Amino acid sequence: MNLTRVSGIILRHLAVYRSNLARLNEILLWPIFELLLWGFFGTYIGRLSALGNVVLVILGSLLLWTVFARVQQSISISFLMELWSRNIMNMFIAPISITEYLTALMVVGLLKVAFVSGLMILLAWLFYHINLFVAGFALVPLAVALILFAWAVGTFITGIVLRFGQGAESIAWMFAFFLQPFGAVFFPLSVYPWWLQRVLWWIPLPHIFESLRSVFAGEGIALNHVLWAFGLNAVYLTAAFIFFGYMFEKAREKGFLLKLQE
Amino acid sequence: MDDDIIVVDRLRKVFGTTVAVADVSFRVKKGEILGFLGPNGAGKTTTIAMLLGLLTPTGGNIRIFGKSMPRDRQAILSRVNFSSPYTNMPYGLPVRTNLKIFSRLYTVPNAEQKIADLAEIFGVSHLVTRRTMTLSSGETARVNLLKAFLNDPEILFLDEPTASLDPEAADTVRSLLLKLQKERGLTIFYTSHNMQEVERLSHRIIFLHRGKMIAEGTPESVKQKFQHGTLEEFFIALARSETTPPAAHRGHDDPS
Repeated sequence: MNLTRVSGIILRHLAVYRSNLARLNEILLWPIFELLLWGFFGTYIGRLSALGNVVLVILGSLLLWTVFARVQQSISISFLMELWSRNIMNMFIAPISITEYLTALMVVGLLKVAFVSGLMILLAWLFYHINLFVAGFALVPLAVALILFAWAVGTFITGIVLRFGQGAESIAWMFAFFLQPFGAVFFPLSVYPWWLQRVLWWIPLPHIFESLRSVFAGEGIALNHVLWAFGLNAVYLTAAFIFFGYMFEKAREKGFLLKLQE
Repeated sequence: MDDDIIVVDRLRKVFGTTVAVADVSFRVKKGEILGFLGPNGAGKTTTIAMLLGLLTPTGGNIRIFGKSMPRDRQAILSRVNFSSPYTNMPYGLPVRTNLKIFSRLYTVPNAEQKIADLAEIFGVSHLVTRRTMTLSSGETARVNLLKAFLNDPEILFLDEPTASLDPEAADTVRSLLLKLQKERGLTIFYTSHNMQEVERLSHRIIFLHRGKMIAEGTPESVKQKFQHGTLEEFFIALARSETTPPAAHRGHDDPS
C-alpha cells in the first residue's frame, strides 16, 4: 500500500468540490434539506403525541442514515466520475493497486461524511435546539458499523458499475434508498411482519437503528444488535472485496475497461 | 537479446468467437520507435491494452523490462506511460491539479518542480491554471503528453498521438516527441493512421491485419517488400482488401 498513490486518488475526488460548486449540493444542500424536512416533521409529530424526544430520535436516525447513504454513494459515484471524464484508462494504467484505489475511495467517503455529520449536528442544534451528542460515545460504534456496511455496499455496486458501466448509474444513486424501507431506520423492527423480520435480521441496518433507539430511550447500547451488525459487516465486506476483485479480473478478461472508456 | 525491452511471444486475444489478436510475436529494442499500424479493427488497441495490463491475454506471454505482464503489473507500469487523444484527465479540474494527482499516482518526487519543468518543455506553462475542459485539441494533446512524461517513462505508449490535430499542432507534437526521444533514449510504441508521420518517426513498423502480423521491418523495407511507393498506398490496399491482405504473399515471412 503506497500512501502517496492513495492520496492522489483522494486529491482527485476532493478537488472536484473546489472546481465545481454545484457538486457541493451532494454534501451541503441535500443533507440540509433532509434535516429541515425531517426536523419539522418530527416537531409536528412531537406536538401531536406529546413525545418530547421524537425530534431527537428522528434526527439521530437521519444523521446515521446520512452517514450510510453518503459513504455508499461516495464510493460508487467516485468511480462513475472516472467514466464521465473518460479517465478510466489513465487511472488504471497508473501503477495503482485495487487495494490502494478502494482504500482511497473509502477515505473520500469518510471525509465527506465527517463534513456532512458535523454540519447536521450544528444545524440540528441551531434549528431545533437538539444536541445529538446526548447519545455520547454510544453513537461511535453505531456510526462505525454503518460506515463498514456502506463500504461493503459501495464496493459491491462499484463492481456492478465496472461490468455495466453508466447503465448501472441509477443503481449507484438509488441503492441506499432501496434499502431504506428495510433498514428499520425511522421505526422499530417490530413494525415489519414476522417473516420479514427474520429476513432483515441478516442485514446490519436494522440492528444498528434498533440499537440507536435503545440509546435514545436511555437503555444504553443494545450489545446483541451491535455484535450482529459487526459480524454481518465482516461477512459482507469480505464478500464485497472478493466480488470487486472478481469483477475487475472479468473486466480485464472481457475488455470492459476499454469499453467503459468509449 | 539484452536490449529487447519488450518481448511479446504468441500473444492471443479472443472475444467469444472473434479472434482480435492471433498469436502475435515481436520484440522492441531499447530506444527504438516502433510504429504499430493497421486498419481499424486490426487489433492495435487490443494489443496495447494487453501490454498495459488493461486486458488479460487469452494466450501467449508479454515481458517488459524482463518482467511478466500482467503478473508484475505495478512494477512495469511505474516505468512506462501512455497518452491518447481518446482518454482525458478529469476535465472539470485545473490542469495543474490533474498533473499533481497523476504525480502522486506515479509517486513523482518534487512534483511541483517536475510539473513546472515539463510545462516549460511542452510550452504549456500558461495553461496550468486553466480548467482542462477549456483547452483546445492541440493544447490537450500537449498536456496529455506532459502527463505521460511525469514519471520519466522508459517506454511511452502512444495511441494516435496526433489524431484530430491540425497540421501545425501535429508537427509540434511530432517534433517534441522526436526531441525527447533522442535526449532520453526513450522507447516509443505508437499507433497512427498518418502514414507520413509513421515514415518520419519510426525506426521500425509492424503492420497488423485482422489480428495477424503481416509485415515487419523498417518503413523502407516494408514498402519495397510489398512493392508500394508509399506506406499510405500499402495501408489503403490493406484496408480495402476483404479476404487476404494485398501483396502479403509477395514477401512476408510469417512472424510466428
